Amino acid sequence: MNLNDMTFKFGGEAGQGVESTGRGFAKALVRSGLHLFGLQDYHSRIRGGHNFYQIRVADRDIYSQDERVHLLLALTQVTVDEHLREMIPGGGVIYDPSLPIDQSDLAARSVQAFSVPLEQIALEQGGNRVMSNTAATGAAAGVCGLGLDAIESVIRDNFRKKGGPIVESNLRVARAAYQYAQDKYTGAFHFRLQAKAAPPRMLISGNEALAMGALMAGCKFVAGYPMTPGSPILEWLAGHSKEFGIVTKHAEDEIAAINMIIGAAQMGVRALTPTSGGGFALMAEALGLAGMTEVPIVVVNVQRPGPSTGHATRYEQGDLLFMIYASQGEFPRVVLAPGSIEQCFEAGYRAFNLAEKYQCPAIILSDASLAHSLRALDLDVLDLNVPLDRGALLTDEDLEQLTERYKRHAFTPSGISPRALPGHPKAVYVSSSDEHDEYGQICEDAALRVQMMDKRMHKLEVARAEMQAPLQYGAQEASLVFLTWGAALGPLRSAVDVLNEQGTPARIVQIMDVWPLPVDKVTAALQGAKQLVAVEQNYSGQLATLLRAYTGIKVDGLIRKYDGRPMSPEFILARLKEVV
Amino acid sequence: MVSVKDYQSAVRPTWCVGCGNFGIWNALKIALSDVGLAPHQVMLISGIGCGSKLPDYTTANGYMSLHGRTLAVATGARLANHGLKVVCTHGDGDGYGEGGNHFASTVRRNIGIVDIVQNNRVYGLTKGQYSPTSPKGFVTKTSPQGAIEEPFNPLAVAIAEKGTFVSRGWSGDIAHLAWLIGEALKHRGYALVDVLQPCVTFNKMYSYDWLRPRVYKVQDEPGYDSGDVTAAFVKAQEWGDRIPIGILYRTESVPAYEELVPALAAGALVKQPLRTKAAQDYEILKKEYL
Repeated sequence: MNLNDMTFKFGGEAGQGVESTGRGFAKALVRSGLHLFGLQDYHSRIRGGHNFYQIRVADRDIYSQDERVHLLLALTQVTVDEHLREMIPGGGVIYDPSLPIDQSDLAARSVQAFSVPLEQIALEQGGNRVMSNTAATGAAAGVCGLGLDAIESVIRDNFRKKGGPIVESNLRVARAAYQYAQDKYTGAFHFRLQAKAAPPRMLISGNEALAMGALMAGCKFVAGYPMTPGSPILEWLAGHSKEFGIVTKHAEDEIAAINMIIGAAQMGVRALTPTSGGGFALMAEALGLAGMTEVPIVVVNVQRPGPSTGHATRYEQGDLLFMIYASQGEFPRVVLAPGSIEQCFEAGYRAFNLAEKYQCPAIILSDASLAHSLRALDLDVLDLNVPLDRGALLTDEDLEQLTERYKRHAFTPSGISPRALPGHPKAVYVSSSDEHDEYGQICEDAALRVQMMDKRMHKLEVARAEMQAPLQYGAQEASLVFLTWGAALGPLRSAVDVLNEQGTPARIVQIMDVWPLPVDKVTAALQGAKQLVAVEQNYSGQLATLLRAYTGIKVDGLIRKYDGRPMSPEFILARLKEVV
Repeated sequence: MVSVKDYQSAVRPTWCVGCGNFGIWNALKIALSDVGLAPHQVMLISGIGCGSKLPDYTTANGYMSLHGRTLAVATGARLANHGLKVVCTHGDGDGYGEGGNHFASTVRRNIGIVDIVQNNRVYGLTKGQYSPTSPKGFVTKTSPQGAIEEPFNPLAVAIAEKGTFVSRGWSGDIAHLAWLIGEALKHRGYALVDVLQPCVTFNKMYSYDWLRPRVYKVQDEPGYDSGDVTAAFVKAQEWGDRIPIGILYRTESVPAYEELVPALAAGALVKQPLRTKAAQDYEILKKEYL
């Protein structure tokens, strides 16, 4: 028997509630004291198609899904067709007997058939066919021997807004399906779940953690145009705007969105725009405006596969070099690429501090995998008392003391000019996207142009010293070193755990602070690497390119994935044999 | 007491001698001082183009942004600090061409911005190409056989989109234009001030001599009611021997966008602290995920 270590997969059409059911089941598992990693996979359509929700459960913290499925909950025949090959021997499929499942296919893989009349139970107990998904969660709990308490509590919470009768009918459906599965299949399934005593934990996604970090940093203005997978950040902040005093603006397009946050940030408000790569491309010119006029803005790019529309709902890390080089000309910017849900929270507030300190755009480069994936986090993992640093911001008292005309873009040793917010009689000034003098007035003088470029670009060097060293994970002295960034970190952690368990010492160097690249810290972290392998979810190995350009270090191998599907530990381990 | 001199700057304009921008610039300074706004209480926002250089020549808070993005920047600025009077100055290419989507959206948004569009019906700073408001048949370097498109009608569009202050000024009549901008400054929501402005270098067609005898003030027309949207829409179509200037349409009964945003009820956003609640009041954010 195998306890508290398995993977569930819910599959169905868009419109069957796969995502909400998967998330509800995941929440029940967390309330049962278990850890998990959950990830949804869906098509860019509202009805039909094939969507699935995968939950890997364990009784320790885990950072990724893997490719082996233990229990498949099939609301459609396609779910079985697509995912049977992922099932491990001894696994099981819960399905409605109305689906034409070929039991011999299951038997050929030693997979058990757990036929449960989901639809009949839904209709008889709940009165609505849609509740088949609730029945599936009840049946799943029954098959695995998990108590029904946590599932009932989630049903109560999730359906409360829809009223008591809906709560009660869903409860009846869950109980009936649970009872059916227990009566018929108890003991047949060797993968068991058992609730554990644990402190309360949050089930939270990267997008939600990032938005929470931004809110705690005092982000007060958010403008955005919906684009998957960045829009949940806009929606989250809009949903909390009234209670927490945030102005959110669904703008007419991404160009408007970034220019709105530039206007807001110029006035002194912490402002953010969330988007994905295509929206970011539209923002490129304005990114340079913020760089030129030294306006602190935060832009979040939640990546999806490109180019162009690419795969709207899928996974890739193809925008790294674009973030670093986007827009005409040269100007300082900060790029943070979180690789975990905790790091999404951290990036959410650090970006504001860095943007204001260096008076330049700060970009958070997340991706669809982080955006959607769920993990169970202890409450104290996200410390809401985040540090706030507004940089060289002049107070009214400072401005009262001014004896000379205020210079918005004054030359200083750090290149950072003390910032006055418009509205004070002692600091009436202009700023211009044209090259300008220290006062902000348009100026075409050649010598001044050099001074201004030097001033702005010097901020990048000052910022570089502050950028954090890479995160290191694994066997400290290992000479097999994986270089990675972003969401590839999670699956890579799982792969490195396997390697270390198998006696192949390995470690990870993950760079979150990708720009300005902390060259010395990265070089130090890579000391002792005899085999350096980059793991990236893109075609060309963009971090490896950056590493070589700025440190001269060349990777020995490159594990890359660009099929739009999530990175997995199995994929990394299989490719490792080919690249080294 | 605020005076026009408070808005003077040591920086001299680079506009051509006779440029209509001088009239607009002077009228704006008169209007701002007449309504009693000091330079630090005003935020001038422009884009790129000859007219968009106006903030560089004026003592007031100013931000010269990108071509076409004036209204988007101004929207963010206004929502961040509605304690300041936000005034945009940009040309017809900036406002109606590159920024057309922002124009359409800002009118509907009815946000408290005074939008002065320096409409010379040609591209000046890029040296004489046809603009969205150039007439059909207008011959320029990019329309050598004459422009094929119908000209953009900003007033009709603004009225159609429920604009709450739709007006046209004329840079050759500074007193009238100063009055018009003054009324726009007193308006609650978005105020469009489209200003007919000769480009003495690149638009020989719409000269002072051509425009001056044609413009007339709608407010002087007996019986003209600027609260009548149908009459205003008809008036917005008038172009030729007679060209109406003044306030074509105005209503003060529609709240400005910023009046309806809950977070702004507590005052200007920029004046609110980064964290408005006690530390424990944020812990509920985590509880959503239990």
